[in-house]
Amino acid sequence: MTVKKPELLVTASNLEELQRLIAAGADAVLIGDSRFGTRVPGDFTHEQMAEAVSIAKQANRDVRIYVAMNNIVDNKMVEELPAYVTELERIGVDAVAFGDPAILMAVRANAPKLKLHWNAEMTSTNHDTANFWGRRGATRFVCARELNMEQIAGMKARTDLEVQVQVHGMTNIYHSKRSLVQSYMDFKKLAEGANANGDEADMYLMEADRPDERYPIFEDSNGTHIMSADDLCMIENLQELMEANIDSFKIEGLMKSVDYNETVVRAYRTAIDAYCKDPEHYRFQEEWLEAIQAKQHPDRELSYGFFYKEQVY
Amino acid sequence: MTNTTSETGRSLTGKRYRLDRPELLAPAGNLEKLKFAVHYGADAVYIGGQKYGLRSNADNFSFEEMREGVEFAAKYGAKVFVATNIYAHNEDIEGLEEYLKNLEEAGIAAIIAADPIIIETALRVAPKLEVHLSTQQSTLNWQAVKFWKDEGLPRVVLAREASLEEIAEIKEHVDIEIEAFIHGAMCSSFSGRCVLSNHFTDRDSNRGGCCQSCRWKYDLFIDAEQFEDNGEQFTMGSKDLCMIEHLPDLIEVGIDSFKIEGRMKSIHYVATVVNAYRQAIDAYFEDPESYKLKPEWMEEIYKAANRPLNTGFFFDTPGAEDHIYGPEDKGSPYDFAGIVLDYDAATGIATIQQRNHFKPGQEVEFVGPGGRFFKQTVGELKDKEGNKLDAARHPLQEIHMTVEQPVKRMDMMRKRIGKA
Repeated sequence: MTVKKPELLVTASNLEELQRLIAAGADAVLIGDSRFGTRVPGDFTHEQMAEAVSIAKQANRDVRIYVAMNNIVDNKMVEELPAYVTELERIGVDAVAFGDPAILMAVRANAPKLKLHWNAEMTSTNHDTANFWGRRGATRFVCARELNMEQIAGMKARTDLEVQVQVHGMTNIYHSKRSLVQSYMDFKKLAEGANANGDEADMYLMEADRPDERYPIFEDSNGTHIMSADDLCMIENLQELMEANIDSFKIEGLMKSVDYNETVVRAYRTAIDAYCKDPEHYRFQEEWLEAIQAKQHPDRELSYGFFYKEQVY
Repeated sequence: MTNTTSETGRSLTGKRYRLDRPELLAPAGNLEKLKFAVHYGADAVYIGGQKYGLRSNADNFSFEEMREGVEFAAKYGAKVFVATNIYAHNEDIEGLEEYLKNLEEAGIAAIIAADPIIIETALRVAPKLEVHLSTQQSTLNWQAVKFWKDEGLPRVVLAREASLEEIAEIKEHVDIEIEAFIHGAMCSSFSGRCVLSNHFTDRDSNRGGCCQSCRWKYDLFIDAEQFEDNGEQFTMGSKDLCMIEHLPDLIEVGIDSFKIEGRMKSIHYVATVVNAYRQAIDAYFEDPESYKLKPEWMEEIYKAANRPLNTGFFFDTPGAEDHIYGPEDKGSPYDFAGIVLDYDAATGIATIQQRNHFKPGQEVEFVGPGGRFFKQTVGELKDKEGNKLDAARHPLQEIHMTVEQPVKRMDMMRKRIGKA
């Protein structure tokens, strides 16, 4: 029995990390800059993206480079899109991940060789929506992290698009255009204070009824971002996603060390390879999880996210 | 409300795109609210049905109620829209076609939708329904607006983050109806880009389960140190939007529909806010050159307000003064007290349906469409049978009382809070 190997996708903050994560077993790396992308772990210039493509080509297997263009697009950005995507195509980037129709229009008109991955984060929730973007040119659908296992499996059964699922790391839970930390500092009349620079500091929020959960918050040119208090970790149950024929497993490396991301990539690489070699006799090995646990921040729980949860509304 | 309008009273680019009267679009959480919104001057109302809407806590309309609402609105020349603005999961899709066909049959003029599955299905199975793109798509650029126009949508509700300047640019590039929120509560996130409720309470915010976690209070830690341990805590909660002071800017930039937020709000809130904007829009179009904001419109707005007010993103990105740190103000010192059901001109006695406790000796205000307004002290109260009452204490009870000026059916009576 032959099994199609799912892609192992990871983000990288710079060229060195990219190189190390490819060596650790990543099949694809998502990079970007915080102008067209948002919540990217580090900014890549076009030159660095070209270098990333060349590093990927030197790998002993097929490795792809994707660029995050998941920002919310305003009028000014629309004017800059043609030049940006033209350059991405020229460099040889494989695909862009996008969540605004303006990107789709710009790519179709200026860079038709770039593949389009629809990623509107929390609003990518059903297979018909996947097919809608598919008919307009997308080849991949990135599932919202708020879906459960049944919904994700159902998704793949009813679309021809590639389906990407995040299996590890933190998720964004709130994005505002407002500078909320700065506003709060200003309110406190401490704008000039030593700790008032939200860019550099390590910040999190705590809510009185949930004293064990720490929600990272940061501010940048795209506004204020609040992140999940836990890190998704699906390595124990990866088999279920492989049986559902999910095409790409994403590891989110944002706000993690290279060392941590490398460990995580290795663990998932091992699990995927073991499954694809012999699906019948595949068994999850505790040591894969233990390797991750050894590097896990003690305040951040590894969790199944929404994979086994029923939500009400 | 510290922002200033452009000196000339023209749009920021100096152009006048159109001077058609914009639509005043009001929320209606139930049939009664729909009737009041229309009676007080809304050109269109938006409601929620039993499925696919983002306010699962609102009363929401049955198809029967929708038909009655459409019929009522038609008498005033007003339209009814239905919010079908969730992001559907696979299991929500079953029954969608039938639901949309039922809306079309009920005479609904448009749906407000964000999810492509709902948009495409409506265009296919219910061609008489217009499809308006919801603010949940966070549309902030002309290229995306053009994309949705090409898909067959006649109207886009922009992201609340759009500035007047950006709206002007969008109108320059695309010939399409633009709807913008001009009044009411705001998501402080990009709409749709928030799953705080999912994480805090397992309620799906993008399917109607939002529990307003952005208005909770949080402790902010910076480099593991609690930033503030005794003063006001961190929050994302925003003041409410109010653009009545800047109406000429909104009109002259070419916004086609002025949308008031608040399907969960009271009759009194909706009717009062609609009443103020209706008068302001009509006054502008009567004589744009000498238009001036009347202080009584502002006063009325404040009497309905739930929170402090600001101008959102229209002029600038909101800052420290635009968020609500510390305890939330109660807002208005006025409470809705009753609705006029009938008036006998010969005796000067009004029949009032009780909506809140009131009693003789209390100061009350009567308000009607078009700015009719007077104050009086409550005199003798009698019930339907003519028995004297020491107070109107029973919800929906019919009360007879003498009024000092003529009133009309559907006029509202409000009282000042704080007096016993």
